[in-house]
Amino acid sequence: MRQAAKIFSLILGVLIISGYAFAEYGLNFPAPATDIGQEIYDVHMFTMIVSTILLLIIFTIIIYSLFKFRKSKGYEADQNFHKSWFGTWSWVMVPAMVLGVDFYIAGEAQGVLDKFWNAPKQNCAREGANKDHCFDMNVKTIGHQWWWEYEFPEQGVNFNGKFYPIKVESRALDKDQTSEELYLRDVDNQLVLPVDTTIRFLNTSVDVLHAWWVPELGFKRDSIPGYIMETWATIEKEGTYRGQCAELCGTWHAKMPIVVKAVSKADFEQWIEGEKAKLLAKLQEANSNKDWTKDELMTKGEQVYNTMCAGCHQVSGLGLGAAFPALKNSPVAMGPAAEHINMVLNGKNTMPAWKQLSDIDLAAVITYERNAWGNSASVVKPADIKAAR
Amino acid sequence: MSTTTMNATHSHDDHGPLKGWRRWLYSTNHKDIGTMYLIFALIMLFLGGASAMAIRAELMYPGLQLLDPDLYNNIVTNHALVMIFGAVMPAAAGLANWMIPLMIGAPDMALPRMNNLSFWILPAAALMLILSFVVPFFPGGGSQINTGWTLYPPLSLKVGMSMDFLIFTIHLLGVSSVLASINIIVTIFNMRAPGMTVWKMPMFVWAWLVTAFLLILIVPVLAGGVTMLLFDRHFGTSFFDAAGGGDPVLFQHLFWFFGHPEVYVLLLPSIGVLSQVIPAFSRKPLFGWNSMIGAMIFLASLGMVVWAHHQYTIGMSSAAVNYFMIGTILISIPVGLMKFNFIATMWRGSMTFETPMLFAISIVIMFVFGGLTGVMLAIVPADMQYHDSMFVVAHFHYVLLPGAVMALFAGVLYWLPKWTGNMYNEKLGKWFFWTSLIGFNGTFFVQHFLGLAGMPRRIVDYSIQFAEFNFISSISAFVYGLSHLIFLYLVITTIKGIGTTKAKPRSWEGAQGLEWEVESPAPFHTWEKAPKIDKEGHYVK
Amino acid sequence: MSSAQNNYFIPEPSKWPIIAMLSILLLLLGSALSFNDVSVGNYMIVFGFALLAYMFHGWFSEVIGESLSGKYGEQEDNSFRQGMFWFIASEFFFFLCFFGSLYYLREIAVGWLSGEGYLAATQEFLYPAFEGAAAAWPTAGPELVGGAFESMGPTGVPLINTALLLTSGVTLTIAHHALKKENNSGLVLWMWATIALGLTFVGFQAYEYIHAYGELNLTLGTGVYGSTFYILTGFHGFHVVMGSIMLIVIALRSAKRHFTPKHHFAFEAVAWYWHFVDVVWLGLFIFVYWL
Ligand code: HEA
Ligand code: HEA
Ligand code: HEC
Ligand code: CUA
Ligand SMILES: [Cu+2]
Repeated sequence: MRQAAKIFSLILGVLIISGYAFAEYGLNFPAPATDIGQEIYDVHMFTMIVSTILLLIIFTIIIYSLFKFRKSKGYEADQNFHKSWFGTWSWVMVPAMVLGVDFYIAGEAQGVLDKFWNAPKQNCAREGANKDHCFDMNVKTIGHQWWWEYEFPEQGVNFNGKFYPIKVESRALDKDQTSEELYLRDVDNQLVLPVDTTIRFLNTSVDVLHAWWVPELGFKRDSIPGYIMETWATIEKEGTYRGQCAELCGTWHAKMPIVVKAVSKADFEQWIEGEKAKLLAKLQEANSNKDWTKDELMTKGEQVYNTMCAGCHQVSGLGLGAAFPALKNSPVAMGPAAEHINMVLNGKNTMPAWKQLSDIDLAAVITYERNAWGNSASVVKPADIKAAR
Repeated sequence: MSTTTMNATHSHDDHGPLKGWRRWLYSTNHKDIGTMYLIFALIMLFLGGASAMAIRAELMYPGLQLLDPDLYNNIVTNHALVMIFGAVMPAAAGLANWMIPLMIGAPDMALPRMNNLSFWILPAAALMLILSFVVPFFPGGGSQINTGWTLYPPLSLKVGMSMDFLIFTIHLLGVSSVLASINIIVTIFNMRAPGMTVWKMPMFVWAWLVTAFLLILIVPVLAGGVTMLLFDRHFGTSFFDAAGGGDPVLFQHLFWFFGHPEVYVLLLPSIGVLSQVIPAFSRKPLFGWNSMIGAMIFLASLGMVVWAHHQYTIGMSSAAVNYFMIGTILISIPVGLMKFNFIATMWRGSMTFETPMLFAISIVIMFVFGGLTGVMLAIVPADMQYHDSMFVVAHFHYVLLPGAVMALFAGVLYWLPKWTGNMYNEKLGKWFFWTSLIGFNGTFFVQHFLGLAGMPRRIVDYSIQFAEFNFISSISAFVYGLSHLIFLYLVITTIKGIGTTKAKPRSWEGAQGLEWEVESPAPFHTWEKAPKIDKEGHYVK
Repeated sequence: MSSAQNNYFIPEPSKWPIIAMLSILLLLLGSALSFNDVSVGNYMIVFGFALLAYMFHGWFSEVIGESLSGKYGEQEDNSFRQGMFWFIASEFFFFLCFFGSLYYLREIAVGWLSGEGYLAATQEFLYPAFEGAAAAWPTAGPELVGGAFESMGPTGVPLINTALLLTSGVTLTIAHHALKKENNSGLVLWMWATIALGLTFVGFQAYEYIHAYGELNLTLGTGVYGSTFYILTGFHGFHVVMGSIMLIVIALRSAKRHFTPKHHFAFEAVAWYWHFVDVVWLGLFIFVYWL
C-alpha cells in the first residue's frame, strides 16, 4: 500500500509541475477587453478558488484517513461512530455549511448577472434615453452555415466574414496550414468595432443554431433562427480579438472563426466610409448595363466561388466525401444552364439557396463552375439570372 | 453451511435453466437476465470506447486526420448515446436485476416475463442505433447525424433518414427503461422478505428505487420531445419553427427536462454501489443512513427542476436564469451530504484496499472535483464563457466516469465472486485501477485548460494554440482505453476460473447483506423460501 | 407492506417477450423506412402489426390461462396492480410533455415573436406586423404557415365528446359494481355500453378532423396551433382507440365469466386506463378547446 501512496503523490506532483510548465499556453481565460468581461473573469476566479479550497480540505481528510484508519496498521473500526452526536447531527450541520457557501457564491454571481443580463433598449442619441443604460450603435450578427454575416443597420453596411485562407482542399493540404499561427482563426473580412462605444449586438441566424463567441468580449449567445437575441459590450482596449462559433451547426462548425478588430472611434468612421464606398461601387456595377465578357466573369467567378462555395465543393471542385458533390464533370455544371441556375438560386437539401447574391455574382460563379477545372459549358450572363429569379 | 442446505433441500429438477440458446432468449430468471444486461453493457462500452478512441485520434493533432467532419460529429453523437444508453444504464440495470432480488430476499423480479422484454428491447435498440450510424454510407441513405447527442433542431431537421432511425432508437430505449423501472419498483414494494422493511433495505436497493421513479417521470418526456421532432420532420408541423410560431428552444427544454435528471439516473445506482462497497471495506456500517436516503430523494426532486442550466445562452429572462442558477447550486447540498457520508464511513474504519475500495476512494475525490466544476458551470455569468467549450466536456467526463462508470466497475468487481464463484485476480485488478486512474486524469484534466483558453467542443479541427494539451489528452486516452483490456481479461479469467481462488459465500470479510448468505456462485434459484430477518435487519439462520 | 412469500409464481421461460421485441422492431424500422419512401417499410409495418397481434393474443392467452388455473395469489395480483399504476404514471408524463409544450409555445414563444418578454427585439426586427390581434392565440405564427384557418371552438362536437367520455366513466363504474355483486349480465351490458360510448367518441373525433381539414383549413401544418391541436387530440384519440380495444377484450372475457368479485385485475387495469384517458380529455377540453 505504501507503494500506492507513492504513485499517488507522484501523480499529484506531475500535475502541479505540468501546471507550471504549460503556463505559457493559456491555462485560463484570455485577458478580458470589456469591463463586464473583467467581472466575469473575477467571478470565475472566485468560484474556482472556493472550489479548490473545498477540494483540498476533502483531499486532506481522505488522505489522512487512508493512512490512519487502515487494517494493516491494526486499527479497529469504531462500530458506533455513526451513533455519536456527530453522526446524529451531521445531516443538519453539513447541509447548513454547504448552504452557506452556496449562497455566498450565488450572491457574487447575481451581482455580476444583474449588471449585464438585460441589454440596453434605447439609443443614447434618442431624446430622453436612460443615459446609464443605452447603446450607441447596433450590430447585427447573422449566423450562416458556415460563416458570419454582419450588418450595421444605422450605417447601412453589410458584409460577410468568412473563414480564411481558403486552401481547404484535401486533408493533406489542410495539414500544411496547421503550422500557421492563425490556422482556423482568420477571416477574410474582419468585424471592425469602435472602442468606448456601447454596442448592442443583435444575434440571429438564417439556418440552424450558431453561437457568437469572442472570449475577450465576455459573452457567448446563441443565434437562433427566427429569433433575435440582444447582448451588449463596451470594448475598452484596442486590439484584435478572435473567437469562433460555439454551437454545433453541422459539417464546418469548426470553421466559423470570428475576428473583431477594436479601433479608435475615428478609425472606425474611416473604415465604415470605406465599406459604404465598396457597397456603392457594387451597386453601380449591378445597375450598369455592362456586357460582361467570359473572362471577366471567370475572374470574378473564381473569387466568389472561393469565398462562397469552396467551403463545401472545395477549391479543386472535387467536392468532399459523399456529402458534397464534385462540380468538376458534374452533370449539373456541364448540363443545361437553366438547371444549374435553379440549383444555385434555390438550393437543394444541404445545398443552400444563394438568392442573396447579386445577379452579377451569380452569373460569374455559375460561369466559373461551368468552365473551370476542365469543365466546358455555356456562359451565363447576369440577364439570365434576372430572368430566372 | 445453512444456506447450502437450504438451497439443497429444494429440488430444482422441475425448473432449472433451459439448455442452449433458449435459456437466454426465453429467460424469466433474474440472474440470467442480469448477466445478459451486463454483457450487453460491456460490449457497448467497448463500442462507445472505440468511438472515443476515434475522437481522440482525430483530435490528437490539428488538421483533419482521419475523419470527415460529418463522420466526426456522427461518431461523437454515437459515442455519447452508446455510452449513456448502451453502457451505463444497462450495466446499472444488470446490477439491479442480479442484486435486488438477492438483497431483499425475493425469489425473482416481480414481473419476470416483462423483465426479459425490457432487456431484449435493448439489442433491438442497439441495432437501430447502429443502423442510424451506417445508413448514410449506403446509396440513398441521406446525410449523417451531425447534431451531437442533444439532437437540437433545426440541425436535426436537416439530417437524412438516419435521424428517423435514431428517433425510434430513443423510443425503444425509453420503453425498455420504463418497463425495467416499473419492474424494479414493483419488486421492491411487493417482493421483500418478511421483516425486510423499507428502512432495512440495503442502500443499493434504495438508490435504485429512487432512480426508477426518476426514470418513469422523465423518459416519457424525452419520448414526447423526439416524437415532436419526428412530426416536424415528416408531417409539416411547426413546433420548432419560428415562422409558424414555434421555437427551436422548446426542444432544448424538453430534452434537458429529461437530460438533467438523466445524469442523476446515471449517478444514483453508483451511489448505491459505493454505499455497499465503502462500508464493506471499512468494516463498519454506512454513516448517515437516513440522511443518505433523504439526500437521494432530495437530489432526485431538485434535479427535476433545474434543467435549463444547460441553456443559459439561449435567452431567458433574468428571473429565469437566477432561478435555475440557484436551484443548480443547491444540488451541492444533497451530493455534498452523500460524499460526506462516504468519507465519514471511512473515518475510524478499519480499511483494506482491495480494488473495489481503491476505486471507491478515488471516485469520491474525482467526483467531488467534477461536481465542483459543475458548480462553476452553474454560475450564469461564468457559464457565458464555459458553455459549449471543452471545459464542459471535462466536467461531465469527471462526473460520468467516476460517478457512473468506475463505480459500476467497483460494483462488478465487488460482486463478481458472488456471480462466478471465483475471486478475481487482485493483482490484475490493481493494474487495472492504476492504469485507468492515470489514463483517465491525463485525458480529461487538461481539457479544463483547453476550454478556458477558448476551445469549443464538438469541433473536428482546432487551431494550433490548442495542440499541446490535445496531444496529452489523446495519448492518455489511449492508455485509458488499453486499461479496459485488462478489465476484460480479468473478467474472462474470473468466469473461466483461470488463476483464481474459489470464493466463499461471504466473499469479503466486511461484506454485509443477504446476498452474502447464499453460496458463491449464487444458485439458479435463490430465496424460494423467504429468508428470516430479525429486528436489526440481520439474517436469521 | 412486506408479505408472506411462499411460492410466488415465477413463469416458465417464455417466447413472447422475444416476439414482442421483434414485432416492435419491425414496426419502428418499417416506419423509419416508409417515412423516407422506402417501400419495404410498408411491408415491414404490416408484418409487424400482424406479429404484434399474434404476440398479444399469445401472451395474454397464456396469462389468462395462468390466471384461470389459479396460479395468481394476492401477491401476484398486487404486482400487476402496482405495475399498471406506474405504467399509467409514465403515460401521464408523456402527455404532460405535450401540455407543457402547448403552454411554452402559446405563452412564451408566441409572446417573444409578438414583442413581449426577454426576446422582444425579435418582433421589432423580424416581424414588425406580428402584434396585437394578428398575434393572438390561435395563431399560425408570424408567417402564417399553412395559411388562414379557423380554430376549433369548445362548443359543439368537443362538448358532446366530453359528455360521452364522462358518461362512459360512469357506465364503467356501474359495470364494476355489477362485477362485485356477481351480476354478470349487468356487467356485460354496461361494458358494452361503455364501449359504445367510446367508439362514438372516436367517430365524432374523426368527423371533427374531417371538418377541420375540409372546412376550417386547420391541418397539422397550420403553424403551432394546428401542430399542438393535432398532437394532443391525436395522441389522446389513439389512447381512446387502444382503450376501446382493451374494453372489448374485457367485455368478451366478462361474458366468459373470467372474473370473480375478488379476482379481476385485468378488469381494473383497463378501468384505470380508461379513467386516465378520461382525465386527459378533460385537460384537453380545457386547455386546447376552451381557453
Ligand atoms: C453523472 C453525470 C453528471 C453529474 C452527477 C453532474 C452533476 C452536476 N452538473 Fe453536470 N453535466 C453532465 C453530467 C453530470 N453532471 C453532462 C453529461 C453534461 C453535458 C451535457 C451536454 O451538454 O452534452 C453536464 C453539463 C452541466 C452543465 C451545463 C454546462 C454547459 O453546457 O454550459 C452544468 C451547469 O450548470 C452542470 C452542472 C452540474 C452540477 C451543479 C452538478 C452537481 O450535481 C454537482 C454536485 C456535486 C458537488 C458540488 C461536489 C460535492 C459537494 C461538496 C463537496 C459540498 C461542498 C460544495 C459546495 C459548497 C459547492 N453540468
Ligand atoms: C457515460 C458516458 C461516457 C463515457 C464513459 C465516455 C468515455 C469517454 N469519452 Fe466521452 N462523451 C460523453 C459521454 C461519455 N464519454 C458524452 C455525453 C459526450 C458529449 C457528446 C456530444 O457532444 O454530443 C462525450 C464527448 C466526448 C468528447 C468530446 C467530443 C467533442 O466535443 O468534440 C471526447 C473527447 O475527448 C470524449 C472522450 C471520451 C474518452 C476518451 C472516453 C473514455 O473514457 C473511453 C474509454 C473506454 C474505452 C477506450 C473502451 C475500451 C477499450 C477498447 C475499445 C480497446 C481498444 C483500445 C485502444 C484502441 C486504445 N467524449
Ligand atoms: C453548405 C455547403 C455548400 C455550399 C456553401 C455550396 N454548396 Fe453547392 N451543393 C451542396 C450540396 C450538399 C449539394 C448536393 C445537393 C443534393 O443533390 O442534394 C450541392 C450541389 C451543387 C450543385 C449541383 C452539383 C451536382 O452535380 O449535383 C451545384 C452546381 C452547386 N452545388 C453549386 C454551388 C455554388 C455555385 C455555390 C456557391 C455560390 C455552392 N454550391 C455552395 C453544398 C454546398
Ligand atoms: Cu456555426 Cu457552429
Ligand atoms: Cu444538468
